[in-house]
Amino acid sequence: MNQEQKTLVFTPTPAAPAPIAATGVIHWLRKNLFSSWTNSILTVLCIALLAKGIPPLISWAFIDAVWTGGPEMCTNDGGACWAFIGAKYRILLVGTYPPDLIWRPIASGLLFVGVIAATVSGCCKNRYLIGLWPLLFVIALWLIGGGAGLAEVDQSMWGGLMLSLGLAAVGILLSIPFGILLALGRQSKMVGISTPCIGFIELIRGVPLITILFMASVMMPLFLPEDMQINNLLRVQIGIILFSSAYIAEVVRGGLQAVSSGQTDAAKALGLSKWMVTLFIVLPQALRHVLPALIGRCIALFKDTSLVIIVGLLDFLGMAKAASQDQVWLGHDAEGYAFCAVMYWCICFGMSRYGRSLEKRGPKKNN
Amino acid sequence: MSLTSDLKNQLPVILIQTLVIGVVIYVALQLFYNTQANLEARNIASGFDFMSVEGGLPINDTLLPYEPADTYGYAFLMGALNTIFVSIIAIVLSTILGVIVGCARVSTNWLVAKLGAVYVEILRNIPLLLTLFFCYSVVLVSLPHPRESLVPFEDIFINNRGIFLPRPEFQDGMTWVFVALAVAIAGSIFLFRKSKQLRDATGKGLHTGWISLALCVGLPGLAFLMTGQPITFDMPVLKGFNFKGGMVLRPEFSALLIGLIMYTAAFIGENVRSGIQSVDKGQLDAAKALGLKPSLVMRKVILPQTLRVCIPATTNDYASLVKNSSLAVAIGYPDMVSVGGTIIGQNDQAIEIIGLWMAVYLTINLIISLSMNWFNSKVQVVER
Repeated sequence: MNQEQKTLVFTPTPAAPAPIAATGVIHWLRKNLFSSWTNSILTVLCIALLAKGIPPLISWAFIDAVWTGGPEMCTNDGGACWAFIGAKYRILLVGTYPPDLIWRPIASGLLFVGVIAATVSGCCKNRYLIGLWPLLFVIALWLIGGGAGLAEVDQSMWGGLMLSLGLAAVGILLSIPFGILLALGRQSKMVGISTPCIGFIELIRGVPLITILFMASVMMPLFLPEDMQINNLLRVQIGIILFSSAYIAEVVRGGLQAVSSGQTDAAKALGLSKWMVTLFIVLPQALRHVLPALIGRCIALFKDTSLVIIVGLLDFLGMAKAASQDQVWLGHDAEGYAFCAVMYWCICFGMSRYGRSLEKRGPKKNN
Repeated sequence: MSLTSDLKNQLPVILIQTLVIGVVIYVALQLFYNTQANLEARNIASGFDFMSVEGGLPINDTLLPYEPADTYGYAFLMGALNTIFVSIIAIVLSTILGVIVGCARVSTNWLVAKLGAVYVEILRNIPLLLTLFFCYSVVLVSLPHPRESLVPFEDIFINNRGIFLPRPEFQDGMTWVFVALAVAIAGSIFLFRKSKQLRDATGKGLHTGWISLALCVGLPGLAFLMTGQPITFDMPVLKGFNFKGGMVLRPEFSALLIGLIMYTAAFIGENVRSGIQSVDKGQLDAAKALGLKPSLVMRKVILPQTLRVCIPATTNDYASLVKNSSLAVAIGYPDMVSVGGTIIGQNDQAIEIIGLWMAVYLTINLIISLSMNWFNSKVQVVER
């Protein structure tokens, strides 16, 4: 071998940087905001709209706002009066609950947050969670309502956000079993079972929640015998459960239809009875499928509980409305509603994010 | 042998069904007897006799002439008409806004897409009732007193009592104008059919859009001129502290309409977005490769396929819009629930009124789902 012959290695010069028009901020602007004439016009219009809308909003909500003090501080017209919320926050959150017993709603609230954290973080197995949630409700109901060692607090004193969350949570928890039963009944081949189920579901889904609440509030006393009358809150809660179970039945039905018939066939071939096939093979898969849709129903129901104001219960929104009619603090509806809107939005948006993450994780893995 | 085994299989099925039906009937009967006893104990009449009783309800916003001296039945009908009226307008306008929002969400313009997303996320995660309260108080607060009304056009006044418009009053010749309009619409439909046949046969259709527009504007216009302009306007005039005459859109109505439209548009926008995103990108490329103009690509390729995906979900949204219009009761617009609630308050006949509510809502929803199903079958792919 000729050792003097050197191997020539081709060393490319490093590539020149991309032209400024193809990278960086300018490129991004051109691609996303000014890609064509129409897009440029749209962008300018949007920026004009934002420039007109955002600064007044910010100056109303933050810069000109009054944060502390009494009603006499909130005389300037330009800004929000957050002192109003500061004075009314207790009523907005827990209604007219006795102030010296306030630790009880707080304790149940903390428990609630804890169980939610356990559910969302996915640290616990589903079978523990299924036991944990009903347990939470029993404890929370005991804490808030009293009895068995604690001083009783009348239900007319429950209100505010506490009532909204309670109505929605109890409504969902109790309507899930009813909804599953209705969905199974609707799928049944026995006409005597499927007809009443279809009738109930379609009737409830065809009418507004308000009529159901009216029915619960005004008509139910007529339906029940004289010696079995129940209070308005419980009646409304029953109305909400009936309403929600019809919608959940439809959600669950979608899941039942999504389970492939091969699963049923295989289970039958293994010698499982009809009930066992439904209970251990079909239902678990169906429920996993519809978990995101069930979260959607939770959001809808939580929003819908705001309607109880029409049958005279003072929930979160009802309290905001009532607080804005206080003679001392007249003219601050916007602040109350804004506070309500932010709270509702945070809770609902959080739930929808959780639902979306479940959807992304897929139905298989969340056990 | 086979008979007995059949019987053995059938027996539990029959037993269970009998049991369920028995329980349902038992509960229904029990409720019926309880109700009768309760009604008797409370001295509440039953039946629909009260509908022909003079009610004395004040209703401030009706489509047809109404006096407090009219019957309960007529008052309830006014409420039902208001429900239907506000629902129809809200369905049309929320569809338009929803399509705009949906298109904005898939826009290539980053700012527009983000604004669309913010709109949807805000409106969907706040209760409709709160949106309505907000609209109502904002509408009321931001509008001036009657004396300082805004006047965007001559004879149109906007203030915190409502929007006052001139009311058209039809004279005798107006029937001919409507007849002409009907003829023009029928002619246009005929034209569309003919044009489709022509296009199928020869590949070239007529300019149906322009011709039918000319028909629909021209024929009634001609009739209007020939019968001597048979229309007069009743103008709103400021008298004392408020306007008299003319036609008024009250703040309750405006707030309900704005709230319903904004809320429903967020949901329809999501349907439109998912519909557009479900159209395969190859469809777009193929249409472009065939040399179609962008407007044609949208009209003939993307939109028909989007519709197929959107319609079932949008049908549900329309149905919930009609049901949501019952929230009118919370801001004082006299819809069916609001009027019915007042009647219940006066004569305690809750069962009849709630039954009527349910019947009307079920009928409206049935009509919506039937017509949307018909529309759906029209736009579905025809398999050859």
